[in-house]
Amino acid sequence: MSGENTDWPLWEVFVRSRRGLSHSHAGSLHAPDATMALRNARDLFTRRGEGVSIWVVPAAAITASSPDEKDPFFEPAADKTYRHPTFYTIPEGVKHL
Amino acid sequence: MTTTTVPTTAALSLADDALVLSHRLGEWIGHAPALEEEVALANIALDLLGQARFLYSMVGDEDELAYLREERAFRNVQLVEQPNGDFATTIARQLYFSCYQGLLYAELAATEGELAALAARAVKEVAYHQDHAVQWTLRLGDGTPESRTRMQRALDALWRYTGELFAPVEGLPVDPGALRERWQDAVGAVIRQATLTLPDGPDHTPWAAGAGRQGIHTEPFGRMLAEMQHLHRAHPGASW
Amino acid sequence: MTTAPAAGAADKTAPAELVAEFDAVVSADGRVEPRDWMPDAYRTTLIRQIAQHAHSEIIGMQPEANWITRAPSLRRKAILIAKVQDEAGHGLYLYGAAETLGVSREELLDKLHSGRQRYSSIFNYPTLTWADMGAIGWLVDGAAITNQVPLCRCSYGPYARAMVRVCKEESFHQRQGYELLHTLSHGTEEQHAMAQDAVNRWWWPSLMMFGPPDDESAHSAQSMAWRIKRHSNDELRQRFVDICVPQAEALGLTLPDPNLRWNEERGRWDFGAIDWEEFQQVLRGNGPCNEQRLNQRRTAHEEGAWVREAAAAYAAKQLTRTGQEAMAV
Repeated sequence: MSGENTDWPLWEVFVRSRRGLSHSHAGSLHAPDATMALRNARDLFTRRGEGVSIWVVPAAAITASSPDEKDPFFEPAADKTYRHPTFYTIPEGVKHL
Repeated sequence: MTTTTVPTTAALSLADDALVLSHRLGEWIGHAPALEEEVALANIALDLLGQARFLYSMVGDEDELAYLREERAFRNVQLVEQPNGDFATTIARQLYFSCYQGLLYAELAATEGELAALAARAVKEVAYHQDHAVQWTLRLGDGTPESRTRMQRALDALWRYTGELFAPVEGLPVDPGALRERWQDAVGAVIRQATLTLPDGPDHTPWAAGAGRQGIHTEPFGRMLAEMQHLHRAHPGASW
Repeated sequence: MTTAPAAGAADKTAPAELVAEFDAVVSADGRVEPRDWMPDAYRTTLIRQIAQHAHSEIIGMQPEANWITRAPSLRRKAILIAKVQDEAGHGLYLYGAAETLGVSREELLDKLHSGRQRYSSIFNYPTLTWADMGAIGWLVDGAAITNQVPLCRCSYGPYARAMVRVCKEESFHQRQGYELLHTLSHGTEEQHAMAQDAVNRWWWPSLMMFGPPDDESAHSAQSMAWRIKRHSNDELRQRFVDICVPQAEALGLTLPDPNLRWNEERGRWDFGAIDWEEFQQVLRGNGPCNEQRLNQRRTAHEEGAWVREAAAAYAAKQLTRTGQEAMAV
């Protein structure tokens, strides 16, 4: 009895390094289920006190934008400079804006 | 300034438990069933080693105590010196011991004595060891027919070393009877959830000479110590 | 390096605009990310290199784990466990990086176990005394760091990120090794001799860790063009020698090379010829521990199979159970 059923699925791990910051991607690991994935992530990614909270997500559950969609996805945002505060000039001396 | 006397026997008993189990877990490194488990077992070994060092430092020099005592002077329970066996044996040993240590430290943390400081610090570590053992007991018990057989066999084989956990230890301010009851409840619940059976054989050896707390150990322990101590003893007085 | 191939040139069949985009990212020192188009040969090279690197971490646990049960003080025992544990961790980071290239860890382990992928030859040497723990930390980890620091800027994003993490943790490894050797070197006569003996045995294999000389290195030019590699083997080796000579002096130990001398003109240390025949032999599997290392790895994997199966079976049962509960509601 060995073969495919011994392969544990891949999980992506996100760690909040301290309160006030969002979780960011730390890496990936294998685990049979979510409970063990969390524990493995704790052992692997916070050995030196690097985190206060962990998320694990099955790698298969992530939907990513495709690199082929790069232009239609992200380029239209590039020319809308009016979304940024620096687009606007305000009179000298006006404060708190 | 108050001077409290360190309960030497109690501190040594707990320190030896931690050191010996840490050593056994250290033997797994490089042999674990999955890479993630290499990291997990090493973490537990390191926690226990830290506890042992803290306790030894209360009594004397840590290296003298660890490396220069003879087998008969060690006060650890026989459970922790049992060889690793297969992964199920190691998990059964972890389950029995970490449940005991968790209950013991929780109680010690609430006392006034010298050991309270260590217990308060260690209780969180032990909770994690306990969780590790519980998670694996569930998976091995309720996994495949093979893992189930191995897990039950391991629980049965180590059962005879569990009674000793509840022998009274001089200077340890806990009620062994009450501890035993809570331990049986905790361990029993996990074993049932893992679809396994709580062993019902004798939980101690009939030998009147006693057991680990009296310095009576099992044969594999002498070999373990020989390996652990030989280098230190080969260079008397050297520092490392 | 005027003859270096262009970064994407290897892939003749790829659409020109994809190749151009890849070339632009690499030559601008940008990072290639997993879902970007990349030349097949770039992918293959990375898989080979990252896998070999991951395997080295995992196999590299063995020579040091060999001394965990015999560490001569509790402090040293704790340090050694933490270090070997880090190596398992580094292996995991690196397998993770390799998996972003479309291979599974199981596949890579299988290749390691069947001898189709390699690990660093240095781990085919035995650890004969406690002083070897110091020599490995100082020389082997030192050489690894010299090799790895430039990899933090490697063109493949996940590899570079894994290396940042590894390098941060690796510096503790080197320092503890140096400290260990320093203590032995200044300890009893026997301890000093033990330290010198370990350095004698590990010095030359450490120099071999940088790989064959530049004019014989099969993959170097292409890897440099792809910015997977940043410096040549010989350059990194020279750097390492220059760092080690004064460190050895501070240890009170000598390096086993009668031809080691300061070259005023170059401003660097000249060193003797490396025995490349030994290197080739160890690479081919004839080193003192090749078989032992692979056997232990295979055995651990095979003996762990029932555990991994049990956990997978339990997970599957839990899924079915929650599914049934959901249906019952």
